[in-house]
Amino acid sequence: MRWVGDVFLLIGAAFSFLGALGLVRMPDVFNRIQTGTKAVTLGALSFLLGIGFLHPEWWTKLVCIGGFILVTSPVSSSALARAFLIAGVRPWRAPEDREAPAREEG
Amino acid sequence: MTEVSPRLSQYVVGFAAGMLLWVLLTGTSDGQELLAGVLVVAATMAVAGPRLAILGGVRLVPSAAVALVAYLGYFFYALVRANLDVARRVLSPSLPIRPAVVEVRTGLKSRLGRLLLANSITLTPGTLSVDVRGDRILVHWIDASPGTDLESATRRIAAGFERHIRGFLQ
Repeated sequence: MRWVGDVFLLIGAAFSFLGALGLVRMPDVFNRIQTGTKAVTLGALSFLLGIGFLHPEWWTKLVCIGGFILVTSPVSSSALARAFLIAGVRPWRAPEDREAPAREEG
Repeated sequence: MTEVSPRLSQYVVGFAAGMLLWVLLTGTSDGQELLAGVLVVAATMAVAGPRLAILGGVRLVPSAAVALVAYLGYFFYALVRANLDVARRVLSPSLPIRPAVVEVRTGLKSRLGRLLLANSITLTPGTLSVDVRGDRILVHWIDASPGTDLESATRRIAAGFERHIRGFLQ
């Protein structure tokens, strides 16, 4: 039980790290939101699962927290992305796609 | 099996969700705790019920439970795949991304259904819901091949989820 929990904590840390690395490496705000949301959501769930193995008596509250994260995390990401698009931030395009007309959104 | 009207449905679903939250938070199935929960949730529903119209889209048929479980399984599979996908892209030195903004179409009618679909799209490989406009969802796609049109984007991004969500939401 102890080491299964530790493994999940380690996985959570690894995905959170990948999310942070994505924030540094990605070229624009939309791609950063993408990596940030996905990696950090699964990282947080993995943390919760690991804590569930270490403290089985907490699992009901952990389920509540996990459900809350799953519902709110994508909503906040979409709200941020929508705000950036409305504010006029154009999504970054790969060099080979630059000639193709990007979608015009206002 | 007839479907329950949206107005009744929103109270039933709200009450069930409230009781589930109560039981998870108290962590017991003790009779007195449950009774207190029924009272608290009933009072909450009496106050908040009319504003919970968003819950009216839930289909209260027995097959909905099966569809919900199938959706959750599909969702977690997609979530794990999304993360391996992100890990691959972030770690590869050439940063293989080819982002574009595309539109997908949804046949889901209820607001809750569209919310759930948009959320699911955000947490799956390479896609981020940006906006919902009527029956179109605007999606930032990290790996869009050139010349992707509405139909193929809908098929590749939304169709799988929509099939599952349709089982328990209108």
